[in-house]
Amino acid sequence: MTDEKNRRGEGRRISERNADHVRAAIRDELAKDESIDAAHAPDAGTPVDAAPVIELQNVFLAFDTPILEDVSFVANKGETICIVGESGTGKSTTLKLILRLLIPEKGRVCIAGKDITPLSFVEALGVRQKMGMVFQGAALFDSMSVFENVAYPLREHTDLDEGEIEQRVREKLQFVDLDPDRVMEQLPSELSGGMRKRVGIARGMANNPEIMLYDEPTSGLDPLTTGTITRLIMKLQHELNVTSMVVSHDIRSVFRMATRVAVLHDRRIEFFGTPEEMAASDDTYLRDFLGGN
Amino acid sequence: MKLRKVQDYFSLAGRALAFIFARPFYMQDLIQQMDEIGVKSLGIVLLTGFFTGMVLALQSSVSLARFGATMYIGSLVSASMIRELGPVLAGLMVAGRVGSGIAAQLGSMRVTEQIDALNTLGTDPIKKLVTPRVLAALIMLPVLTVINDFVGILGGNVISTVMVGIPSGLYWRTVWDQIGTDGFALRVIPTDFIQGITKPFVFGGIIAITGCYFGLNTTGGTEGVGQSTTRTVVMSSILILVVDYFLSQILLSVFAP
Repeated sequence: MTDEKNRRGEGRRISERNADHVRAAIRDELAKDESIDAAHAPDAGTPVDAAPVIELQNVFLAFDTPILEDVSFVANKGETICIVGESGTGKSTTLKLILRLLIPEKGRVCIAGKDITPLSFVEALGVRQKMGMVFQGAALFDSMSVFENVAYPLREHTDLDEGEIEQRVREKLQFVDLDPDRVMEQLPSELSGGMRKRVGIARGMANNPEIMLYDEPTSGLDPLTTGTITRLIMKLQHELNVTSMVVSHDIRSVFRMATRVAVLHDRRIEFFGTPEEMAASDDTYLRDFLGGN
Repeated sequence: MKLRKVQDYFSLAGRALAFIFARPFYMQDLIQQMDEIGVKSLGIVLLTGFFTGMVLALQSSVSLARFGATMYIGSLVSASMIRELGPVLAGLMVAGRVGSGIAAQLGSMRVTEQIDALNTLGTDPIKKLVTPRVLAALIMLPVLTVINDFVGILGGNVISTVMVGIPSGLYWRTVWDQIGTDGFALRVIPTDFIQGITKPFVFGGIIAITGCYFGLNTTGGTEGVGQSTTRTVVMSSILILVVDYFLSQILLSVFAP
């Protein structure tokens, strides 16, 4: 895998090996990338019998000014929905609605067919256990080590003993291409931005959630790390068949991982469909958005 | 709008207190907070208590000398320390040291989305963050106050012995007489002590809840964290002084001599 450690390891060894080896290694990496992309490519169209996992029905939300108006969309099991749009159009707010950190003024938010808007605070905590959220700044608890961060949801909601917790934490850290022995005892402040994001993903998926939500998972990262994180989201979706919802600014990664794209504009859903439909659309706003005009 | 905030403040207090008796208990957080709020405040409490006792003895020796009553320094110092200065000074010092710390920590957690993360991971942030802090303050502030009272009286002892020339034995006898004069509740607990312990208990709650309230309601990034910290110190100091008056009024009427 193309994790940072390996890459750095490769770098150190370059001087020792001859150039052919290096070229071969790079070719291998690229081939691996392509094969992963091919293997994890989103299925074209959604299966007919797929059950809706996340459903927003005519949602209205306002604080002082209206934020969302008449927003509806459905995410079926195993889908990756990307929400794109200009800054401040309520993309992150939509994720908060799904997490029931916010309650819509009108409309329904259904998770696995169940309306979560009338739930009490305590019931909502239960619903959230099925979801994993990756925050924009990773939002790791800075008073806890990486191990404690990833173990947190396990300690809160499961009866696993210490050995099982450690095993699960190692497994999740390996899944996000981090070396457990190296990072487990580190504090979040000692990690790089990309590593923090990956620990955030590991924490989000620690409890084996059915739904993963990502708030700008690639913002503020270099193109290589952006690629790594994008691949990770696709791997997660593919291997564990979770339903994902990704808020992103990065059109390239959106096109790589989305089964469907929701474009928010002017408090409404301007477009909801597959990336191909989006690329083929002759809607002026969409063309402007994609072209960056 | 203002009324809404008062309501939020009390609902936060109510929920934080209700969670004291609800599972799961975050014992580790509680112990950590007791260390943070209690043990680490010991230094400033010892220092302020000692100097307050000394200055009380010094000032009262001047006034009492006019009536030829300097031998009563002990009773004056102990009454002032136990009833008023001990609780209020400990409260104000802890509000400055701990209240600001709580607001800054919870405020940073709010602006870096860690509070949202707790919520998302299925933990009630009030239970995890507010309750341990409130409980720790409720336990530790009375303890700090008793220590503050004692060093204050000790400071008074040093000054009255060294500068005024009152023998230590006499000083402590007047202290003890003073504690006994206002009678005893349940025959053994001096009513002065009840006053002196009730107040810090309330002040502890005020400090922790005010810090948590402003911390959790922080908006506007790092600048907001600074504002929350300032507001916490100002608000809890004012509340301590105002509540102290009304509490004294109530306690005096309950334990009327």
